[in-house]
Amino acid sequence: MTRRKLIQGATAGILATVLLAGPALAADRTLLNVSYDPTRELYKEYNAAFIPHWKAESGEDLTIRMSHGGSGKQARSVIDGLGADVVTLALEADINAIAEATGKIPADWRGRLANNNAPYTSTIVFLVRDGNPKGIQDWPDLIKDGVEVITPNPKTSGGARWNFLAAWGWAAKTFKGDETKVSDYVSALFKHVPVLDTGARGSTITFVERGIGDVLLAWENEAFLALEELGPGKVEIVVPSVSIKAEPPVALVEGNAKTNGTEDVARAYLEYLYGTEGQTIAARHYYRPFKPELADPADLKRFPDLSLVTIDDFGGWKVAQPRFFGDGGVFDQIFQPGK
Amino acid sequence: MTSLNIFPQSPADIRPVLTDPPWARTLLTGMALAFLGLFLFLPLVAVFGEALAKGLGAYVSAIVEPDALAAVRLTLLAAAIAVPLNLVFGVAAAWAIAKFRFPGRGLLISLIELPFSVSPVISGLIYVLMFGAQGWLAPVTQSLGLQILFAVPGIVLATLFVTFPFVARELIPLMEEQGTDEEQAAMMLGASGWRILFWITLPNVRWGLLYGVLLCNARAMGEFGAVSVVSGHIRGLTNTMPLHVEILYNEYNFAAAFAVASLLAGLALVTLAAKSALEWRMGCHGASTH
Amino acid sequence: MSEKPPLAWKLQIRSPGVLPGFGPALGFTLLYLGLIVLIPLAGVFMKTAGMAWDDFLGKAFSPRALAAYRLSFGGALIAATINALAGVLVAWVLVRYRFPGKKVVEAAVDLPFALPTAVAGIALTAIYAPNGWIGSLLAPLGLKVAFTPLGVVVAMVFVGLPFVVRTVEPVLRDFETEVEEAAHSLGAGRGQIFWRVILPGILPAMLTGYALAFARALGEYGSVIFIAGNMPGVSEIAPLLIIIQLEQYDYAGATAIASVMLVAAFLLLILINSLQAWRRSRHEA
Repeated sequence: MTRRKLIQGATAGILATVLLAGPALAADRTLLNVSYDPTRELYKEYNAAFIPHWKAESGEDLTIRMSHGGSGKQARSVIDGLGADVVTLALEADINAIAEATGKIPADWRGRLANNNAPYTSTIVFLVRDGNPKGIQDWPDLIKDGVEVITPNPKTSGGARWNFLAAWGWAAKTFKGDETKVSDYVSALFKHVPVLDTGARGSTITFVERGIGDVLLAWENEAFLALEELGPGKVEIVVPSVSIKAEPPVALVEGNAKTNGTEDVARAYLEYLYGTEGQTIAARHYYRPFKPELADPADLKRFPDLSLVTIDDFGGWKVAQPRFFGDGGVFDQIFQPGK
Repeated sequence: MTSLNIFPQSPADIRPVLTDPPWARTLLTGMALAFLGLFLFLPLVAVFGEALAKGLGAYVSAIVEPDALAAVRLTLLAAAIAVPLNLVFGVAAAWAIAKFRFPGRGLLISLIELPFSVSPVISGLIYVLMFGAQGWLAPVTQSLGLQILFAVPGIVLATLFVTFPFVARELIPLMEEQGTDEEQAAMMLGASGWRILFWITLPNVRWGLLYGVLLCNARAMGEFGAVSVVSGHIRGLTNTMPLHVEILYNEYNFAAAFAVASLLAGLALVTLAAKSALEWRMGCHGASTH
Repeated sequence: MSEKPPLAWKLQIRSPGVLPGFGPALGFTLLYLGLIVLIPLAGVFMKTAGMAWDDFLGKAFSPRALAAYRLSFGGALIAATINALAGVLVAWVLVRYRFPGKKVVEAAVDLPFALPTAVAGIALTAIYAPNGWIGSLLAPLGLKVAFTPLGVVVAMVFVGLPFVVRTVEPVLRDFETEVEEAAHSLGAGRGQIFWRVILPGILPAMLTGYALAFARALGEYGSVIFIAGNMPGVSEIAPLLIIIQLEQYDYAGATAIASVMLVAAFLLLILINSLQAWRRSRHEA
């Protein structure tokens, strides 16, 4: 091959690539929803429902983009300039972090929408192997000899923080608030954890696909989804005596939406989550709807009854976040290497 | 040479003192192949095996899915920008370093190689520190209305950084080896600098150049860590192929994840095949290591 | 950079007929190097310089960070050692023997350079997980690879595999067989020849490859995170800790650890270049 041919070939290649890369977007506006890991399926269906709804309402062709990842990582991206119009994260603390660091979300965001901005809630349950070979029924069973527990890292995963607080909540009830005993139980629990993934999805895959561990602490919706994806007969759900009411909040990122000129549609997007269609879809994807009366009763029947503590029992996220998960907090103390 | 020898050596090698006994040869070859099998071939087989686990139909539909195609486009775009830029840089750097002697030359070579030993995570972090909302260049980019992070420019920058040394590293030793005699002869005949570069120097090192470009391209398309930090993971917009693999993997969609991964593995195989062909053409020069 | 190099530089240029283009070429090189590599990297140290010294020490050398360095450096050390030994073996087999499929093997050695690390990560995890092809064979023996520090080493071996092979191979190929024959005629056995003649000859190349493999393994992220268990203090590598700090909005912590890793990378690079200079001087001598 001569040099000339080489150059010609390379130029043609680059041109072709650039042409290929020029996407033709026909839509008028684009909405970016930055969300956490387990909501992938939920928002896939919700977006598919909202786009025609918005079209009927305004005649506009809307494009909705999704970004999923660990809740903390997603919040960090938004802080660093990811142009999210709305955030739908796992934790109030992560949205607080965005509000504090950027001011793009008003400080009093929580409560601007109903139910503390949580259109759906969830809880933490156990996922065990088929037939429950280790006989795991409740929290004390998790620290029995030979039981391996899978949970993601509370430092990076919102779900894992709910896991942690659910365990703490049970222990606090059981030991009548004896802090030493509570902390000993939670320390013991984390000694039974062989793999600490950074996100809820990573943990589910470790447990289900890699076959590691005897019990997975998971979002209720994530546990149901794993059951559905794998088909029954591989894993089953165990409901503990006490768990926590997890409120994954949603919020409008006003600063970005203003810049992008999407404030109206972003608001409508979040409000529609509270409507019949939003609540029905949430329930279908195993999230407990805020207004159960709007959802399909058949979907609701799947949710077991259990005793729930709430984040307010811990003094709210503004207290719980630094106390348990801040630098040098309770979790760090449990995970002192060599301890 | 005994008749038991199942691994005949080339005639040049047939010197009794250099010949290990057949048992030793079999053993050593077996050990080497077992090591390579365990660490190289098995992962490759696993990629293609898992990709086709749900049949060819699932494989094809995973690849023609719009988000997957968008990821392919973005990956091609990032490589199409990063590779030519690093190619031009590599030629300029090799010209300055290989054809001239100047103080600080050794240091310059070390600095060029620096991105090889920097963790990809740090390669991403540096751009977050620069262009992040709290970064030291944030006021500049914000006033210009530029979106660097979580957009194509950030991904291109991270790719540029990790693939920075490939072409230069390949060309410097090669051009040094060529010396400057031909170039000086051409100069005496009145050739201009560009003419010398395009008609003498580059044709002399063309296979090495292509080799560098190939490896640069493979790395540009396959980079994960650095791009992951600056991408923002917006589906269909800022997901490159390796990131898309991770996303599919996290959606329990293993067959699809491995299908996209197999495209990248296929690219790796093509790269290796092209590289072997180049080595053959380069003959005894051989490709340098890195 | 001006078109005219300063006098001092001119004098050191070795050839009498100076080729054109030195100024622009060097100028462009320095500019591009500065923009893409040096200025962004300087940002890490600028950020670190803004921290109080105690604060920096506390973040860069917290017990958790120390454990991560131990794993990253220790794992890279073990992986590079395995690669050094196996690399010499593979290079030996490729240079000295012929066997069916040798060309394929020869080409495949470079696979880790070309295969994206994330792909390698999920593939290695699929193989070495307790329910994977190899993991299921090792599990009854009580040996766990994936999600343990051992898994980290496996991924590091993979990414560093080609370095030693590719540095040792050309040296071995150019090795003057007359030396071996001379040693043989002086009555040395095969083993003696290897230890006394061949090994010293390939040692500089082997060490260079070792250092390169080490540097690569030290910074590796993509393939390791899939297969490591990511337990703080146990199977959490330093690059992952940087990411985790970032995700906790602790930029200072992330930068502090990054700067330690960067200094290590600088030092390794200096070591590698002196090793290469040593090789060259031996080669020319």
